[in-house]
Amino acid sequence: MKVSVDRDRCVGAGMCMLTAEHVFGQDDDGLVEVRGPVEPGGEAAAREAEWLCPSGAVHIVET
Amino acid sequence: MADSPAASAAEKAKHDLNFPLTRSGCPFDPPPEYQDLRVQRPVARAVLPDGQPVWLVTRHADVRAVLTDPNISGDLRQPGMPVPGGGNRSPAGVPYPRTDPPDHSFWRRMLLPAFTVRRAREMRGRIQEIVDGTLDAMERLPQPVDLVEAFALPIPSLVICDILGVPYVDHPFFQAQARVMMDRNSTPEDLQNTVATVRGYMCELFERKRAQPADDLLTKMVQAQEEHDLGDEDLAKVAQSVLNAGHETTANMIALSTLVLLDNPTTLAQLRAGRATWADAVEELLRYLGIGDLVSPRTATADVPVGGAVIRAGDGLFALTGSANRDPAAFPDPDTFDIDRGGRRHVAFGYGIHQCLGQNIARIELEVVFESLFRRFPDLRLDVPMDDLPYKNDSAIFGVRALPVRW
Repeated sequence: MKVSVDRDRCVGAGMCMLTAEHVFGQDDDGLVEVRGPVEPGGEAAAREAEWLCPSGAVHIVET
Repeated sequence: MADSPAASAAEKAKHDLNFPLTRSGCPFDPPPEYQDLRVQRPVARAVLPDGQPVWLVTRHADVRAVLTDPNISGDLRQPGMPVPGGGNRSPAGVPYPRTDPPDHSFWRRMLLPAFTVRRAREMRGRIQEIVDGTLDAMERLPQPVDLVEAFALPIPSLVICDILGVPYVDHPFFQAQARVMMDRNSTPEDLQNTVATVRGYMCELFERKRAQPADDLLTKMVQAQEEHDLGDEDLAKVAQSVLNAGHETTANMIALSTLVLLDNPTTLAQLRAGRATWADAVEELLRYLGIGDLVSPRTATADVPVGGAVIRAGDGLFALTGSANRDPAAFPDPDTFDIDRGGRRHVAFGYGIHQCLGQNIARIELEVVFESLFRRFPDLRLDVPMDDLPYKNDSAIFGVRALPVRW
């Protein structure tokens, strides 16, 4: 599973980071950045992060 | 049988759903009408006190859809934008949260670094100091003590002062102004005077921050003035927005949540014993209380199909987050307060691009507040029956006006 993030859409809510902190973080501007891969077992949290994002800035790309 | 247009209108008005609705029965529950609306009329027509028609969106999925639809505007200046109080579109001009992109995006991005998850976590120690200091002062008061006045109101304003960079010595002045803003007995003239006073004070602070930059939001804002064509008035309005957004909401959550916890002693005992986390409790309190129910008015800028209805271009609507938070389609057994529920699917902080900027500060603030309050006063109890408390039924943000307690 791969993730893609869209900084232009991001409003910095931080829900992705709260939900899957190994994968998502906030950069110095407060916008989303990918911190690491989705590890086995982490798929549900990554999907939840996509679902919770209020601005549609997080996308799961199934591999 | 109606035989005149006036009689027809009057007849129709009798059947229109009047909005806002009020809580009745348990103060923790949203208006009872929401349940039927979700089931039978998930997108329902209602009418405001001034006669303006509005749509009420009550289901969790529909609330999320509406708040992310590109044809739904949050701009206060849109002609169809519902304003429950009527007329007054804010004496202070349009606050940035009530604008659309690109204005909204510009300000949000400027403020955002002060409100990140990391920044909120870094503030935990400072918030703990504020809470401890407030508890110290409270402990010296003769009982019964009003928890709203002594605890719930001052803490959020002190935290915001910290974020903005208001000097500690000015806190009493700043808090006094904030109180006037929230007081329902304040006249429109009182409010205008207070807004002008705070604005003037902010402009003085901007001067000080230019002379002596600090690691705070007001300094960041004056530094942004150099890059962009911004006046002091623009900055002051935004600083005011931050204060407005984070004060009454958080204060009301502190007071009401205390009631919920006192009303759920088994849950409270688990939390105090460390068998459940305050983070989980806060998330469920946010869902359960749904105090920001009325905070998401919007206008359609094109026809938007939702929930089996069509919201026409120019129509106003409310995305009722308090209703969404009790939608059984999203939360099994939704009217039960259950801190083991898990997840963060509630929309207490709203949804879409306007989702609360301060939410991560609020989360940590609330965790620290309750952990500290119940650790300091293990025998905290209400001094009057819960049913006798004065609830804010006529306020945009639900809460309680006074909360006499003993310990």
